Amino acid sequence: MNATTDLRLGPIEQIPIGEGRAFDVFGEQVAIFRLRSGRVYAVGAVCPHRGGPIADGQIDGSIVLCPLHLNAFELSTGCSTTGQPDLGSWPVAVDDNGDILVRSRAG
Amino acid sequence: MTSTLERSLPEADIGDPRRKLIVIGNGMAGARTVEEILQRNGAEQFAITMFGDEPYGNYNRIMLSHVLSGEESDQDIYLNSIAWYEENHITLHVGVRATKIDRFAKLVYSNDGQITRYDQLIIATGSNSFMPSMEGLRMADGSLKPGVFAFRTIDDTRGMIEYAQHDNHNRAAVIGGGLLGLEAARGLQAYGLQVDVVHAGGHLMNAQVGPQAGEILRRSVEKLGIEVHVKARTTAIMGEEKVTGIWLLEHPQIECDMVVVAAGIRPSVELAVRSGFTVERAIVVDDQMRTVEDDDVYAVGECVQHRGEVYGLVAPLWEQAVVLADHITGADPLSAYHGSRTATKLKVAGVDVASMGLQGPERDTDEVLVFAEPKKGIFKSLVIRDEKLVGATILGDTSKVAFLMQAFDRGLPLPVERLEMMFNLGTPAAEVGAEELADDAQVCNCNGVSKLALVHAVEGGCKTVNAVMDKTRAGKGCGSCKTLVCQIVEWAAGGAVQEDPSANWYVPGVPLDKPALMDAIRLKELKSVSAVFAALAPAGAEDAKSKMGLASLLKMMWDSDYLDERDARYINDRVHANIQRDGTFSVVPQMRGGVTSVAQLRRIADVAEKHQVPLIKLTGGQRIDLLGIPKESLPQVWADLDMPSGYAYGKSFRTVKTCVGQTFCRFGTGDSTQLGMDLETRYQGLESPAKLKLAVSGCPRNCAESLVKDVGVVAIDGGRWEIYIGGAAGAHIRKGDLLATVHSQGEVMVLSGRFMQYYRENAKWLERTYSFVPRIGVDRIKAIIVDDSDGIATRLDAAISESVAAYRDPWLDGADPVTAGQFRTSLPLEVLPQVPVRSGG
Repeated sequence: MNATTDLRLGPIEQIPIGEGRAFDVFGEQVAIFRLRSGRVYAVGAVCPHRGGPIADGQIDGSIVLCPLHLNAFELSTGCSTTGQPDLGSWPVAVDDNGDILVRSRAG
Repeated sequence: MTSTLERSLPEADIGDPRRKLIVIGNGMAGARTVEEILQRNGAEQFAITMFGDEPYGNYNRIMLSHVLSGEESDQDIYLNSIAWYEENHITLHVGVRATKIDRFAKLVYSNDGQITRYDQLIIATGSNSFMPSMEGLRMADGSLKPGVFAFRTIDDTRGMIEYAQHDNHNRAAVIGGGLLGLEAARGLQAYGLQVDVVHAGGHLMNAQVGPQAGEILRRSVEKLGIEVHVKARTTAIMGEEKVTGIWLLEHPQIECDMVVVAAGIRPSVELAVRSGFTVERAIVVDDQMRTVEDDDVYAVGECVQHRGEVYGLVAPLWEQAVVLADHITGADPLSAYHGSRTATKLKVAGVDVASMGLQGPERDTDEVLVFAEPKKGIFKSLVIRDEKLVGATILGDTSKVAFLMQAFDRGLPLPVERLEMMFNLGTPAAEVGAEELADDAQVCNCNGVSKLALVHAVEGGCKTVNAVMDKTRAGKGCGSCKTLVCQIVEWAAGGAVQEDPSANWYVPGVPLDKPALMDAIRLKELKSVSAVFAALAPAGAEDAKSKMGLASLLKMMWDSDYLDERDARYINDRVHANIQRDGTFSVVPQMRGGVTSVAQLRRIADVAEKHQVPLIKLTGGQRIDLLGIPKESLPQVWADLDMPSGYAYGKSFRTVKTCVGQTFCRFGTGDSTQLGMDLETRYQGLESPAKLKLAVSGCPRNCAESLVKDVGVVAIDGGRWEIYIGGAAGAHIRKGDLLATVHSQGEVMVLSGRFMQYYRENAKWLERTYSFVPRIGVDRIKAIIVDDSDGIATRLDAAISESVAAYRDPWLDGADPVTAGQFRTSLPLEVLPQVPVRSGG
């Protein structure tokens, strides 16, 4: 079991409210979303259906829609609600300095 | 008597704990019923004995006409061979006729001298050919005169074939112009015989179709070389030793070598009558197929009368067999037969015939639709009562039969446009009914969803059409399959589909229809998408699927006062380009009316070269599309192009296609190019519930395809312009409706704008004009837009002018991004599956 590592991705202002941006997290492509509520979520950036860019998707309080074919995924788990494989999810937070911190996935 | 009984009982029966079930009749009904019983583990309950009059296993009587015509051999039509009976331990007495039932002692007497005991009994004696009384029909010994045939059994058929093949036999007469008679006539032609059909009724197939259809059928049959005589009653069959001709009442006699009597069938009820069962037109049974007298004696098939009806078709017989088996085996004691709605679709003598329910209207209020095209042998008539199809007759063209049978059988809602029930009009309509569709048939061609996947979704608990569409993504592509998806869901749910309250909501996340939503937005002055969710959504919850529709609506309503939250926009609207399958974008600069210049072309070529654009393509809207542009390159591409956006990505006013018009074209009657450019200049980029594609053609040759556009304009002689609305030539085809004919380009500008504003305010989200216009009705739209019946023309004109004034070219965003990282790549850094790139010619 590897120790988990946090990665600092810089200020949260890189992500406009209600939108997502793609980041490289230890070699994996991760889409991080900044909700209107202030919460942040991190899920896989590539739609398992046809490779759509998840960070370009629209969100609400619970799901993101892939922009290509509107497959839906839960923001908190990365699980698909439209029968696709999962995106995967990453623990993510905003620290007191307003920086995004993502934790590598255990394993 | 007692001793006879004891002698006739097989030893093996003693000690067998199973009930003794006797089935009298080994035709389609009897054998099918036994099959159904066996499927319900009936072999454990019953020792089964069957009596069959004919010395064969069970065969498909319907196929006898194919045997006659030589399309099938008699071996092909067996349903159950003798071996099948052995395998299932059924005692089959072939060539043995039951002569009497003693229902008090529970005994069956048969003509081989045997007496058999039963616990339960099924009468399935079927029907006999009806032989009308005619002089000379029979010989002195009571047998049919040589050359005279019935058409009911495999022996009849073999006899006919043998006789027809005889060298000296050249001409045959078929008595009876019903289904069977026509089939016999067609079959006999295969042996080179000249065939006459002699029919006592006023028209052919009078049991199934009305006089007009019967007349068209006669023409079709005569085209095949069969002579038809209607209202012709046969009085005598001529010939001493064998047939030489027939006498007809009030018609010339017909010389022939052979006569086939196909004058209908009569239920075989002699046994039941003789044994004391209630027989009216046939043996009377209850909803469990039991006889009136005796709960242990059932009857099934053509020999029964249920609720006053006697059926001569195979489908009701299958339904009866199921109920009987359910009941007698106890598999479902509550199973009940409620009668059948008979709908038949068959080929009679090469002519397609479908008939169901009523042949014609019965009440003053019945709606009747009739289409007849005798030359082509086509006839269609429909009878509609209280918005339900209660009868239909179709000859010749069966393209709509599947839908009609389903509508008739299930009482489906009928299209408002009644003609759609008769013809495929190219409007959104399902061609094949849900039931007929094969399980693996692809219903949604965009997302590859099969009928079976939809059925599984219903079985998995989806109770509404929307739930099924969400689950399977059927109907989520171009949307053209939605009608069929609805039908399949309704069919699969067997009528248990729940009314979807959200069906009328403008967007799924806010439970209001469009007028109520707009009222609430105005009343509460909600100017942003997040404000709408907070004020109107359940628990104030955002909904991702609702954002785009709300953003479009709010922009339309508030114009420059709209508070634009970028996250409410779909990616295309955030970056003003159309996302492609590999996550890159397409860039289509505005090219008003499809008119360009040397300078524009040179600039586009330079940009394409500089950015190494993988694909340059002319669009259907007369523009140039640069495909494969990465998101981060968009601002630089726009800056280099220095042309306004062509809006080839939004739910908005897209483009105006034009033809050359009078400037150069020798046929042109109006300056279509200039008008197209003016329309695009004024209404460019306007948000709307769905995209708007326009066209202007300079003459009625319509080179710009104006008749299939959301708004299409056609110049006609005399300096006038026709304005068409609601056309489409994409996933649906629809010719636009004429809104108005006007005398000036100015009027075209005003009326087009007024119509588009009315559409923006009243259409459902993603409802194209081809659905919107028929939904509202073109007459109503004309009244509002042209005649100002509602007094709103001035307001509509002002509203669209305000939207026009609020227009700002979105590509100006390129120089000054609205949000952080607006054009930052969201693509994974590794290369995604890429669209193959073609090199230009």
